[in-house]
Amino acid sequence: MKPLLIAIPVILLLAVISVLTGVGSLASGLGGDGRGWLLIVESRVPRTLALMLAGTGLAVAGTIMQMLARNRFVEPSTAGTAESAALGMLLTMIFAPALPVAAKMAVAALTALAGTALFLKILRQIPLRSVLMVPLVGIMLGGVISAITTFVAYRYDMMQSMGAWISGDFSGVLRGRYELLWIALVLTLIAYVTAARFTVIGMGEEIARNVGLDYNKVVTLGLGIVSMVTATVVATVGMVPFLGLIVPNVISLVVGDNLRRTLPLIAATGAGLVLACDIVGRVIIAPYEIPVGTVMGVIGSVVFLYLLLSRRAHAG
Amino acid sequence: MIEIRDVTKSYGSNAVVDRVSMTLPAGGLTSIIGPNGAGKSTLLSIVSRLMPMDEGQVVIDGLDVSRTAGDVLARRLSIMRQDNHITARLSVRDLVAFGRYPYSKGRLTAVDVEHIERSIAYVGLQAFEHRFLDELSGGQRQRAFIAMVLCQDTDYMLFDEPLNNLDMKHAVETMKLLRRLADDFAKTVVVVLHDINFASAYSDRIVAMRGGKLAFEGAPKDMIEPSRLQAIFDVDCRVHAVGEKRLVNYFE
Repeated sequence: MKPLLIAIPVILLLAVISVLTGVGSLASGLGGDGRGWLLIVESRVPRTLALMLAGTGLAVAGTIMQMLARNRFVEPSTAGTAESAALGMLLTMIFAPALPVAAKMAVAALTALAGTALFLKILRQIPLRSVLMVPLVGIMLGGVISAITTFVAYRYDMMQSMGAWISGDFSGVLRGRYELLWIALVLTLIAYVTAARFTVIGMGEEIARNVGLDYNKVVTLGLGIVSMVTATVVATVGMVPFLGLIVPNVISLVVGDNLRRTLPLIAATGAGLVLACDIVGRVIIAPYEIPVGTVMGVIGSVVFLYLLLSRRAHAG
Repeated sequence: MIEIRDVTKSYGSNAVVDRVSMTLPAGGLTSIIGPNGAGKSTLLSIVSRLMPMDEGQVVIDGLDVSRTAGDVLARRLSIMRQDNHITARLSVRDLVAFGRYPYSKGRLTAVDVEHIERSIAYVGLQAFEHRFLDELSGGQRQRAFIAMVLCQDTDYMLFDEPLNNLDMKHAVETMKLLRRLADDFAKTVVVVLHDINFASAYSDRIVAMRGGKLAFEGAPKDMIEPSRLQAIFDVDCRVHAVGEKRLVNYFE
């Protein structure tokens, strides 16, 4: 539990910094006309909460995906999940624009589920000689789905909405516009309660069946959690790539994969990393912003490459 | 008692296991031998419900394998497969603890902890219990998986080629361990073996398969016999009696 004791104060500190960082000045208003408080309550706190919720959810979703696919390099943005969720959002915007956001999100969760299930089905069909084939297949599948989405979006003149789902950006988060993300926290708690099952799944289908686990049921549960987390994030703030890949891998290297023990740490680290990336994005070209998805993309691809290249050493 | 009745498994028109019927009595160590492609591993997978059968029935102590709930069966029968490559990064202790999953569902009780510690001690891995599996040698990892099966504490324990990739010392240690499971804990141990001399020296019963069918079964002294071995493996060999053991020389 020690790493968690270090992680929590760091995250709280990052959260405070996140609340205090921004273009609008807090100093003038806190005692006076109340505009400072308004800024904090309406924008800064919601943004900070949204960051932490999305980070937690995506890190946990990545972990579960890696257990289901039994591959270290899989996460919602390398398995077609995020792209499928974006396609679902687009379809609801075209065919049922009047639906409330929660309903649109539910549709996105269903398409994300279908896309991820398709990914797992493809994995079962092809002989996998290399670990790297798995994320490659996922990225290609994501590319195909993304191409369909782009084509449809182009035809219906919705390219701009699509950009919002694909690339994570928290600058537009206001009170009343991020609350669906709490669903991700609920899903994270469900994942924690059922953590032992996902560890067993990560040991492979045969060992799972040997200890009496209903393999298909657990895979379905895992797919459900991953799809819903991805859909909530895509629908509210947009996809943050690589997060679900970096965090589980780093935690696995340090403390292993017994999820009952490691999942709280994964959740905390996910929240912290997104907070840190968002703060960086807000600071370096202030008063302008770099979206968190871009910052994470840069950091993430470097870590991803490092993990790929160092893999041989760990595999022994 | 494991009753295998008319079990068939085919891929296309090729029957890998072809109407096999046999009864494995409770207790003792039974070896399954036979050439490559005889259907030994497939049969073991079917018995342990890792693989569905096309026809037939497997009944373990009155429980039909294809109809019994997975977690009920997991308290009766366990299997160690030959290819235990796991992606999850677990310590020896964590791995062994998952042998208690059928009982505890991940929340370990004092009884579970006792089982875990005893199993780790039994395979002699106490000094390594906090090491990750990917930091162990092949022999140690094999022993960790045996400890997991041991921890599952089922009456029936199946091992699919447990001696694969082990050197002489570890192969002997592993066989002795399996032998003790039968002798000290009254477990029913079923092992798929390639090394005929290990089968000869350590088994109570030997079952021979060939071409998906049951070829012969019997005690080692009846089975380890040149004409039978010739019929099973297509190899000329001599059998030497050394003390009570019968050793097969197939090198000439």
